[in-house]
Amino acid sequence: MAENGGIEIHPMDQFIVKPLFGGEAINWYTPTNVTLWMALTILSIMALLVLGTRGRAIVPNRAQSVAELSYGFVYKMVEDVCGKEGAKYFPYIMTLFMFIFFANVLALIPMSFSVTSHIAVTAVLAFAVFITVTVIGFVKNGAAFLSLFWVSSAPLVLRPILAVIELISYFVRPVSHSIRLAGNIMAGHAVLKVFAGFAAALGVFSFIPILAITAIYALEVLVAVIQAYVFTILTCVYLKDALHPHH
Amino acid sequence: MEGDIAQLGQFIGAGLAAIGSGAAAIGVGHVAGNFLAGALRNPSAAPGQTATLFIGIAFAEALGIFAFLVALLLMFAV
Repeated sequence: MAENGGIEIHPMDQFIVKPLFGGEAINWYTPTNVTLWMALTILSIMALLVLGTRGRAIVPNRAQSVAELSYGFVYKMVEDVCGKEGAKYFPYIMTLFMFIFFANVLALIPMSFSVTSHIAVTAVLAFAVFITVTVIGFVKNGAAFLSLFWVSSAPLVLRPILAVIELISYFVRPVSHSIRLAGNIMAGHAVLKVFAGFAAALGVFSFIPILAITAIYALEVLVAVIQAYVFTILTCVYLKDALHPHH
Repeated sequence: MEGDIAQLGQFIGAGLAAIGSGAAAIGVGHVAGNFLAGALRNPSAAPGQTATLFIGIAFAEALGIFAFLVALLLMFAV
C-alpha cells in the first residue's frame, strides 16, 4: 500500500511471536516474547499474593489489602454463583482470574506483548475449564449429569429438540469462551495500532487521533478488567451446571 | 490488482460476517439497557444482579463471536 502514498499500518504485527534472543526457528523450548510476558504475569501475581501478604498484618498495608480484596472478590463470586459446594474449586477459579487479569493489564503497557490475544493461549484455558467441569459433573452426579440436557420443565414434545440445542450449546462453550477473551483483547489492541498509524500519517493534525487513542486506551483498561471478570464468572456458571445439573 | 475470484469471495464474505458484530452490539445494548431500566425502577435490587447482567451480555456476545470466527476462518483458514 505504501508505494501509492497511502497510509502504512500493520496493526497485527504486535501479535507476532518472536524468539527473545534472535534467530528464526521456534521450538517448544525457545524462549519467546510470549514466554517473557507469561513469566512476568506469574511474577507479578506472586509479587502481589505472596510477597504482598508476607507481613500477615492485622492492619494490612496497601499491597496486602489489594491482595485480600481480590481474594474476597473472587471468593464471593464463586459463592454467589456456585453456592457452598463451589468453594472447593475456588483455588482453580482464583488462579484463572488472576492469570487473565494480570495478563490483560500487563498487555496494556506500551510495547508489551498481549498473551491473552492469542487463541492458542485462551483455548487452552477454556478447554481446561470445559474438561474439568465435564469430569466434575460426571464424578459428582454420575449419569444424572445428562439431565442437564433433558429440560424437565419444558413440555414433553419440545424436550428432544431442546436436548439437541442444549447439547450443541454445551459443546460450543469452549469455543465462545476462548474466542470472547482473545477476540476482545486482540481487536482492542489492533484498533489502538490503527489509530496510532493515523497519528503518524496526519502530521500537524495528529492530536485528533492521539485524543482518540487516549479514549480508546481508557476503554481498553475497562475491557481488560471486564473480560477477566466475564471469563471467571462463566467458569463459575459452568461449574454450577456441573454441580447442580437439574433445571 | 492481483488475486483471483476465490480471494474476492473470501474478502466479501469476511466483510459480510462483520455485520454480525453489529448485530451482537444491538443484543448487548438491549441487555444493558433493560438492566438499567430495571435497576432505576428498583435500585436496591440492582447490585445483586450484576453477575446476571454480565452473563447475559456474555451470551449475547457469543453469537457475535461466531460471526467474528467466520470472518477469521474466511481470512486465514480457507
